[in-house]
Amino acid sequence: MTTKLFGEPVRRREDVRLTTGRGRYLDDIGHTALAAAFVRSPHAHARIVDIDVEAALDVEGLVAIYTYEDLTGRMAEPLPVLIPHPQLHAPRTGYPLANGVVRHVGEPVAMVVATDRYIAEDVCDRIVVTYDELPVVVGVDAAVAAAATVHDDVPDNVSAHHLQETGDVEAALRGAENTLSFTQYVERSASTPMEGKGVHARWDADDKSLRVYSSTQASTSVRAAIAAKLELSLDRVEVIAPDVGGGFGVKIVHPWPEELLVPMAAIALGQEVKWSEDRREHFISAAHERQQKQEITVGFDDDGRITALDAHIWHDNGAYTPYGIIIPIITATQLVGPYVIPVYRARVESMYTNTVIVTPYRGAGRPQACYAMERTMDRIADKLGLDRAEVRRRNLIQPDQFPYDQQLIFQDGRPVIYDSGNYQGLLEKLTALVGWDDVAGLRADAESRGRLLGAGMALYVEGTGPGPYEGGHVQVLGSGKVLVSTGLTSQGQGHETAFAQIVATELGVPIEDVEVTTGDTRRFGYAVGTFASRAAVMSGNAIALAARGVREKALRIAADVLEADATDLEIDEGVVQVKGTPGTGVPLRTLAVLSNPLRYAFDEAAQQATQFAGPGDASLPPVAVGDAPGLEHIDYYSPVRSTFASGAHAVIVEIDPATWEIEIVKYAVVHDCGTMINPMIVEGQVHGGVAQGVGGALYERMAYDADGQLQNASFMDFLMPYASEVPAVVIDHQVTKSPLNPLGIKGAGEAGVIPGTAAIASAIEDATGRRIASMPISPTELYDLMRDENAERTARGTGVLT
Amino acid sequence: MKPAPFRYADPGTLDEALAVLSHEGAGAKVLAGGQSLLPLLSMRLAAPTTLVDINRVPGLDTVEATGDGVRVGALVRHNALLRDVAAARVQPLLARATANVAHPAIRNRGTTVGSIAHADPSGEMTSVLALTDGSVTVATPSGTSDVGWRDLFVGPLETSLHGPAVVTSAFFPALPARSGTAFAEVARRKGDYAVCGAAVVLTLDDSRRVSSVRAAYLSVGLVPEVHDLTDAVAGKPVDSADWAAAGALARGLVEPDSDLHASADYRRHLVGVLTERTLAAAAAEAGTRR
Amino acid sequence: MSVDLERTVSITVNGVPREATVPVRRLLSDALRHDLGLTGTHVGCEHGVCGACTVLVDGEPMRSCLLLAVQVDGRSVTTVEGLARDDGRGGQLLHPVQEAFRECHALQCGFCTPGFLTTIAAGLDARDNSVDITDDEVDELVGGNLCRCTGYANIKKAVRHAAATMKDPR
Repeated sequence: MTTKLFGEPVRRREDVRLTTGRGRYLDDIGHTALAAAFVRSPHAHARIVDIDVEAALDVEGLVAIYTYEDLTGRMAEPLPVLIPHPQLHAPRTGYPLANGVVRHVGEPVAMVVATDRYIAEDVCDRIVVTYDELPVVVGVDAAVAAAATVHDDVPDNVSAHHLQETGDVEAALRGAENTLSFTQYVERSASTPMEGKGVHARWDADDKSLRVYSSTQASTSVRAAIAAKLELSLDRVEVIAPDVGGGFGVKIVHPWPEELLVPMAAIALGQEVKWSEDRREHFISAAHERQQKQEITVGFDDDGRITALDAHIWHDNGAYTPYGIIIPIITATQLVGPYVIPVYRARVESMYTNTVIVTPYRGAGRPQACYAMERTMDRIADKLGLDRAEVRRRNLIQPDQFPYDQQLIFQDGRPVIYDSGNYQGLLEKLTALVGWDDVAGLRADAESRGRLLGAGMALYVEGTGPGPYEGGHVQVLGSGKVLVSTGLTSQGQGHETAFAQIVATELGVPIEDVEVTTGDTRRFGYAVGTFASRAAVMSGNAIALAARGVREKALRIAADVLEADATDLEIDEGVVQVKGTPGTGVPLRTLAVLSNPLRYAFDEAAQQATQFAGPGDASLPPVAVGDAPGLEHIDYYSPVRSTFASGAHAVIVEIDPATWEIEIVKYAVVHDCGTMINPMIVEGQVHGGVAQGVGGALYERMAYDADGQLQNASFMDFLMPYASEVPAVVIDHQVTKSPLNPLGIKGAGEAGVIPGTAAIASAIEDATGRRIASMPISPTELYDLMRDENAERTARGTGVLT
Repeated sequence: MKPAPFRYADPGTLDEALAVLSHEGAGAKVLAGGQSLLPLLSMRLAAPTTLVDINRVPGLDTVEATGDGVRVGALVRHNALLRDVAAARVQPLLARATANVAHPAIRNRGTTVGSIAHADPSGEMTSVLALTDGSVTVATPSGTSDVGWRDLFVGPLETSLHGPAVVTSAFFPALPARSGTAFAEVARRKGDYAVCGAAVVLTLDDSRRVSSVRAAYLSVGLVPEVHDLTDAVAGKPVDSADWAAAGALARGLVEPDSDLHASADYRRHLVGVLTERTLAAAAAEAGTRR
Repeated sequence: MSVDLERTVSITVNGVPREATVPVRRLLSDALRHDLGLTGTHVGCEHGVCGACTVLVDGEPMRSCLLLAVQVDGRSVTTVEGLARDDGRGGQLLHPVQEAFRECHALQCGFCTPGFLTTIAAGLDARDNSVDITDDEVDELVGGNLCRCTGYANIKKAVRHAAATMKDPR
């Protein structure tokens, strides 16, 4: 009896090759390819006066140098605005190679192609670019002040005023029993996958076709962009995402300049060209995210119930807006969280700065939204002298209020309607898991050891699985192998296993027979991409539907062969049989052969399908009207709107009041992503997200100085956590299935990171009695805060000083 | 990030090494562990014309611990010193400080002497050399000489060594009798360079009273600094001395800078905290060593 | 003794004598990957911090991005491809740590994994596995490598699992 693998912690198929050094990442491909490297701007804002390549020309191994002057046709046009929006009134994008102006350190100015990367870098060193420096804008405050502009024709540095509102918030605030206002900041960070970006291109001159490998999250769309920009027919371009060493969002924006330039060079030079981004390049030219300034005003009654919430946010979008205002939209719409907010307004100003572009990093605006809402809850609790869990409880949407319409428009252009959830349940499980009621005792114990202790919590709702769609193709071959493909991509989420689990369960085949391919336009042409925790929801469901189509056809053909009713049949271990009669059925591989009526038998098995092999009905065509040859099916899942996952984290910190070092002594997660295909994979996603949340709260910050120079463009100074910095995590689950898709799945990819900054800020505030209004925070900053006589204290603030 | 072109030699004797260094001129650099040098090369922050790799020169990989102190050869890897039991007995500060150097894989290749020659005021071993009043032995074409730490460290990442020279060993004097040492640092992540670190040597007289307190600090100056803190606690019984007073004295003696990871004030504050903590730990040892 | 721009090096890699002619500035990480075709060793930072490039040089973990290929001339290097052993029947016997990583879901994208595997394999092979592994030992084995996907929890679990397997190989 085939075990139903759906829902089981099946060990990953991809691990066999990945633990033996047989992964195939971008730089592992194309050993004979020429190498590309880039001259990148050392200035944050400057006019390019001259590019002098003279000294570079005699470097042995140089093949070509390209600047903007060498770009023609569509390549000379700006890069696309991927996601236009009516409120994005001043979108601006860069060029593949800078066109006269550079607007951030790291912007590509020239591409060098050489026989290897060492030589390409030597050539880059010898290219002399003369710049006229221009005034620099760094940080949202400077952007707002607009003493300097990033784009000459955008005098206020505002790319968009994003507004979402559900009523007259100002009137509601005026009528509130209590109000409070505060300002807080969250600083810039980045995805920082262990593998940088990379592109490999090969042009087949005989075939006039282009094959591109890219370490991308969106191979289908990259294909379309390359075809458009290089003016090739779509059918002449294929794009494949190989094994990808992490994405976390940074590989979703496209086309990168390199994704266009490397293929362009491959075509022009008639040779394979490859670019593997190095770590410094990644820091200064791959996208960042997170920086926002937030001004919150909230109205609430004496019981702590919110009556009105007004959020005014300034979002740093970097020098260009290729990804539109997705992050501002997500912040604005996810801010309301699991709460009833009777009247709400969010205004997000998306600001240009002379820094690297800002596009999604795991969470994509939700961590900032959670930070705004949860810190508001903390302040209400503080003002009224209420327990922070209790204030949250009083504001929660109740289990019987679903579907719950927040009256906002989400990043998919569709309404924010929470389909299902149980936020009450999350909070109850969380307080039990972390021991919320025991904190006073823990605090006393810590004090006896000379340490401060505090607890914090944060809840979130996460819109996942936005559309427009994903597809799945399931095909049974005559060999018995089951091929599965979907167009979106993988960066370590275990899709090869999770999707195989779905098909193995739906089709009743051993999982060993199932082979999954993702992100390859040769195998599946219609897709969107991997982002917004959507792969399991979208491709999972599409693949399930495709598998069901195959199952239905298999039963239909088998019913003929076995002279039985399709409803009496089952599939077990890849064999279709009358229910409960093992040993009497017909294998799927035979049905696959039979599904394709043949004239020519190329092997013995195929003989079964030839015209003289069996009785057949001469009055019917071999392929029925409306049917197709083959035991395969393609299907799509297109959601009416996103499905809403949710969760709650709580953190206990201990602080050394001499060194101000902060240690997380307990990290508790309660997590609801509906149905789980593979709970082991889901937990892994949570662990990874929590590590990024901890990193973002206590260690990671992109430190641009006022001249737009990134001070910490290396792992020495950008402090990604090692194992020693990441606490153990205790996890409890809750399952509220999604009613919106056949499998009941909600996304899980980003959940772990969303509430980290909010929960940790809350815990540090609880430990120290000082208001924490800027994150991340480090010991030196905590030291300064504790000594500052003017620093705001909480109601419980003990005034601890050193 | 690939190094700029350079020429490479791996001499088999010290004389050969010095000959190559002389011949290749000012652009030649000695390569031993390479754990500090190679990142600089890959980032193209340094571009020597020639690397003279001394890893094949024999006789440079021994640790000799005697009653006078510990001599560490130029090719002794951090982990080898960390594991050397005799060295730890003679000068306990060596192992205590080395344990804080980076991560095991770096320590398998990086060398104690290399760290010292790199002259990083954030480095552990430079401070230990200073605090123990140590020296290095330098071979040049015109002969061999000892250079005391004060003469060696002239600036951040800068030594007094000019012209063709190979540091062949470092000498760390033994911990005196009736003394204890301790080492502590605060780093942002485990294994990172210290935001602030302290190494102390506490010596008692024969009635268990403080006769000397000396401390060296990491990451508070441009070169390793040794401070005499004796005045704060001189003559006090070791069991009741007010180490906080020594910490307060130390705070007044250092002039740290601010950087990305910590403010000057915070560093100064940590000097006080770490002085107190290390002296308390050193006190426990001092009472037991004759 | 010569001063060169290029050298031919002989390195025993995963038990096999290999030879390559490389520019002297060629990092060992690049030589392994491109000159010797062993792409299992990955490059994450080229400044020695992330550890993805860690290989064993004469059995000791070292960052291959902080070594020049010419520096391991005559030495033996073990990469992730060399952790498994021939089982004598045409197949491979994985090192317990490789099995443990799969069993415990200790990898997601797999890019940092080779650096962890070589480091941990060397550490476990060097210790007395009849004694239970301690938390401190686990921390030391995993503490020098960066991972962005897993949050390290399952990597630590895998180390304990591997150590237990090596204690009791049944």
